[in-house]
Amino acid sequence: MREFDIDLLSNTIESMILDVATNIPSDVLSSLKEGLKIEESPLGKDVLNRIIENDELAKFKNLPMCQDTGIVIVFLEIGFDVHFSGDIYDAINIGVHNAYINGFLRKSVVKHPLDRINTKDNTPAIVHIKLVPGDKVKIDLSIKGAGSENVSLVKMLSPLDGIDGIKKLVLNTINDAGGKPCPPIIVGLGIGGDLEKSALLAKEALLRDIDDENDDPILNKLEKELKEDINNLGIGPMGFGGRLTCLAVKIKSYPCHIASLPVAINIQCHASRHKTKVI
Amino acid sequence: MDKIKELTLPLTDEQIKDLKAGDRVLLTGVLYTARDAAHKRLVELINGNKELPIDLNGSTIYYVGPTPTKKGEVIGSCGPTSSYRMDEYTEPLLKKGLKIMIGKGPRSNKLKELLKEYNALYLSSIGGAAASISSAVKKYELVCYEDLGAEAIYKLEVKDFYAIVTYDTNGGDLFLEGISKYKK
Repeated sequence: MREFDIDLLSNTIESMILDVATNIPSDVLSSLKEGLKIEESPLGKDVLNRIIENDELAKFKNLPMCQDTGIVIVFLEIGFDVHFSGDIYDAINIGVHNAYINGFLRKSVVKHPLDRINTKDNTPAIVHIKLVPGDKVKIDLSIKGAGSENVSLVKMLSPLDGIDGIKKLVLNTINDAGGKPCPPIIVGLGIGGDLEKSALLAKEALLRDIDDENDDPILNKLEKELKEDINNLGIGPMGFGGRLTCLAVKIKSYPCHIASLPVAINIQCHASRHKTKVI
Repeated sequence: MDKIKELTLPLTDEQIKDLKAGDRVLLTGVLYTARDAAHKRLVELINGNKELPIDLNGSTIYYVGPTPTKKGEVIGSCGPTSSYRMDEYTEPLLKKGLKIMIGKGPRSNKLKELLKEYNALYLSSIGGAAASISSAVKKYELVCYEDLGAEAIYKLEVKDFYAIVTYDTNGGDLFLEGISKYKK
């Protein structure tokens, strides 16, 4: 059994948040730069150039690239052979508290969804824990703004709706959202499972690298076709019209009931801030 | 694409009329910040015939909740938030003389009609470009509603603040016009 110092978990969460708030992942920045090559709209190019310039300035000046420094989402994969010296959830929230207070990040979490009083330190994080073989701890952390989350959804389709039904749902959702989620976007799709499983899959899909290839041939094909269809919508950077609406479509699936076809669409803005660390 | 227009706030009625959806501008002057919670309070004051904490006549409101200011900086990162959430609260402010709103993303058709009626404009700044935008802010001071934190009302003095005219006073809509050009 490996004894895991709980303070190490807090400190790691804090440093990952501080890093990701100011330092865009290199795969996202590269895909924005690649996007400049396909963007035909002069205004779209201007907007893309300003986004790239912003992301580089944020890194250089150690400033948050977006003022919506999000809510913290943590996926923890814990090896069966790991024992923590304290409460995992408390430790994560200590890391969040320290990062948001010491790092001058915006506190965007309210304690109750209806009386809406700010918790003033951006706690609590949303934590998902998975147990896996081994003695390692893997942390996938993202800070996600509300603009793109607010246009995300889960829909229970019928099995006979199939791939065409999924495509129609995705294209309608993204078309309706237009400029709201700060395109160019990344689209995370969760297909299968049940209501909440599909939503989790969609969020997990957003943690994948932009240029990785899906191992599942059906999903691989669907990702490529959807990306093209979404870019043909013409929404463009910030919704002002253009070729580049979507940087990538990422799909995860799971077995489901014979009578169900759950589909979750989780939309991510261009400020896609996530990091992975294995300890 | 036309050259960027350099403008000093407040704009005259003529200047407002002349701007068209798609025009890029660099604004210099005063912006007030307000988001959801501040809008609710302002509209409650207007409905109760009470005095407002800011003079809305000829004013510009920027929908933003900045990050806290780091030492040595004027303001934290300060990009726009989604504007549609303010749509239902906008008409009372237009009646009090609000002339320009700056935010991001599409808004309601009713809002577009109101802009014609009140000769007012909706501009966008670039969502997620918050670190760059902060460079245009030269002065940043609290006006009221400190308890709202990032949602309080602040006065910003800006120089060459980049924005794009999104809805104009003739019903021009940059989203509709832009997307129709590139839709396949």
